[in-house]
Amino acid sequence: MRARQCALLVLVLLTGTAAGAEPFTFTAIPDQNESRLMSLFGKVADYLQKRLDTPVRYVPVKSYAAAVTAFRNNEVQMAWFGGLSGVQARRMVPDSRALAQGAEDRHFRTYFIAHEKADVEPADEFPEAIAGETFTFGSKGSTSGRLMPEFYIRQELGAPPEEVFERVGFSGDHSRTIALIDSGAYAVGAVNFKVWQTAVEEGRVNTDRVQVIWKTPPYPDYHWVMRGDADERFGSGFTARVRDILLKLEDKEILQAFPRSEFVPASNADYQPIRRTAHQIGLLAE
Amino acid sequence: MSAVVTTAGHWRRATLLLALAGLVAFALADLSISRGTPGAELQRLAQGLITPDFTATDALGEALATTLAFAFQGVALGAAGGFTLALLWHRPGVRFFAASIRAVHELFWGLIFLQITGLSPLTGVLAIGLPYAGIFAKVFGEFLEEADPKPADALPGGTNPVTTFFTARLPLVWDQFRAYGAYRLECALRAAAILGFIGLPTLGFHMETAFREGGYSQGAALLYIFFALIGTQRLWLHRRLVPVYLLAAVLWAPPLSSGPDGALKRFLTTDIVPAPLRDGGGWAESGTWLAELGTQQALPGVANTLVVALAALLLTGVLALALFPLASPHFGHRPGRALAHLALVMVRTTPEFLLAFVLLIVLGPSMLPGILALALHTGVIVAYLTGRFSESIRPQRGYSQALTRYGYEILPRVYPNFLAFLLYRFEIIIRETAVLGLLGIPTLGFYIDSGFAEFRFDRALVLIIITVMMNLAVDAFSRILRRRLRLQTPATAY
Repeated sequence: MRARQCALLVLVLLTGTAAGAEPFTFTAIPDQNESRLMSLFGKVADYLQKRLDTPVRYVPVKSYAAAVTAFRNNEVQMAWFGGLSGVQARRMVPDSRALAQGAEDRHFRTYFIAHEKADVEPADEFPEAIAGETFTFGSKGSTSGRLMPEFYIRQELGAPPEEVFERVGFSGDHSRTIALIDSGAYAVGAVNFKVWQTAVEEGRVNTDRVQVIWKTPPYPDYHWVMRGDADERFGSGFTARVRDILLKLEDKEILQAFPRSEFVPASNADYQPIRRTAHQIGLLAE
Repeated sequence: MSAVVTTAGHWRRATLLLALAGLVAFALADLSISRGTPGAELQRLAQGLITPDFTATDALGEALATTLAFAFQGVALGAAGGFTLALLWHRPGVRFFAASIRAVHELFWGLIFLQITGLSPLTGVLAIGLPYAGIFAKVFGEFLEEADPKPADALPGGTNPVTTFFTARLPLVWDQFRAYGAYRLECALRAAAILGFIGLPTLGFHMETAFREGGYSQGAALLYIFFALIGTQRLWLHRRLVPVYLLAAVLWAPPLSSGPDGALKRFLTTDIVPAPLRDGGGWAESGTWLAELGTQQALPGVANTLVVALAALLLTGVLALALFPLASPHFGHRPGRALAHLALVMVRTTPEFLLAFVLLIVLGPSMLPGILALALHTGVIVAYLTGRFSESIRPQRGYSQALTRYGYEILPRVYPNFLAFLLYRFEIIIRETAVLGLLGIPTLGFYIDSGFAEFRFDRALVLIIITVMMNLAVDAFSRILRRRLRLQTPATAY
């Protein structure tokens, strides 16, 4: 008797919450502290929902690969990808397309940062003195935290990172990379320049101990990508509308949280250089 | 070889062998504390542990419910599957199959199912249910083997095997089944929590965030909720309520896939096909591919896994020998034992994966946090089991000094059982060591994680198969050793 009542109660609770229209879902690569992402993309979801007049939901994930997989499995229809994850996603979902990127993403950079114990001076040239130190990347699937720094390490030092450094790690995200260098767990690391700038502005890093020792040449990075079948699911013209809304996004609070000054149009072709670089260092299969 | 071969001599030699292997492993292991100020971080962690913040996590109730729902459904699936397999336990093929599916860690199963069934409850349920079917099969199979055959023999010839089973076999072991199921549920709660680390919405999802961002008060609160959940299991896990819980679990998190149609086919016929074959190459290219994968990833992965596991095994043994008096009635007094018991339960309840994750943050990256986490968790379990076993000993020599009593009376008599527990746990240590790679320690899991991160599922699968083979080898080694040492092991040590 008690069992039946319990079950009935649960059933009522569940059916009560499951109603409503099919929501439009998106995700983002977890490139920094999750609480930050939750607040930022929660606002983005609200913003889109108001203008699209469709329920919009942000789906948080734990890894870059999980973001791409959710996109591939159509669990999300749109994602804020990095250069590399966007290329990977479009390989797996062939008719998907880049919609927009931040103005800064056309000329993105990686900063090499070092703890004072590494004793490497800032310079315009690649810092060859980092060979033999301990080094941390960000996520294994990151453009600014893995792909580009590994490319320059291989090019300038002539060997894969495992052979160049005393120890190589993958911190998981840029916030963690900064924390690891700050604590001295690694001597040198590669970090997304936007995340670094924000951390410095907010005083979350001790710049007496940690400093930028080299900046990579610019490359294209983060962008919004939409699945090709989104129009089928949400009505024709849906993709164009989302793109339009993103390009017109002027909400200061949201833009600052990204942080980007504005969104500008992007195309799949913009990311050819990333694709080539990934091939070159063997991160993408032929 | 020595002239007199006694069982005690075998024990000494086995101990020496394992200790030597452990010492070599320690010599080879990367044990550096690379974090500049582990003291400061440890202090922040300690501060967090005494100031838990129960309000910091949004949707805490949902995470708790999902954790329970995954655990209940996973155990139900595992028990049903394991039960079926146990009926065919006499077939070597079934034993091999069961051993193989349980050799793959829940997190690896989770990563595989994320590709097929997405970020859905079904992924959580399968990731727990599949390996648990293998474990249940082994334990149930052994229960049935050890059960008294007389009732079955007494039935008239030609009785239907199904009837025989339900009337003359099952009733003998039913209580054991039930007790074991309750123990598995505790393990499943741990597994469900840990699955949050790869993105499923369980307690672990929020634990990962909290500890990673240094929110130790939030992390501590989540940890305490988790302790309370497991610590009170005996109070809420009533036999008659199990069907209600199970129904609620299914309703709360219906085991449905959120993957697209055809995802399974895509996974089997495209994703895991070796890259050279997929691109139209032949067996020759595949051979080169496999050889490269072997030398660049499998070999260092296996070597590092062995180093971490053997070092952890030695430290586990030392810890267990030092700690088991805390759980033994022959030492200390009752209040002291109660306190020790609480500490032991807390360390045992904390999954080694979570322990390693936190220690990595505090001590910095190296093998040390992994070895410590494995040894702490397993050492406490072995100490607990050994202490409990010592209850059956009645001291005969009346040594009044605790240390003398320990060395001359209790230790010699619990030693065979201690060794058996330790060897039994070795297989589990190996399995856990492999998965620590997901945290960045360069064991096999590190390379498996890279395979998933680069969407090279073919590589990940080969490496997972290698972890299976490694597990089977360690299992066989431990079994042979136990048999040679004539050690008896209760199935509940598993």
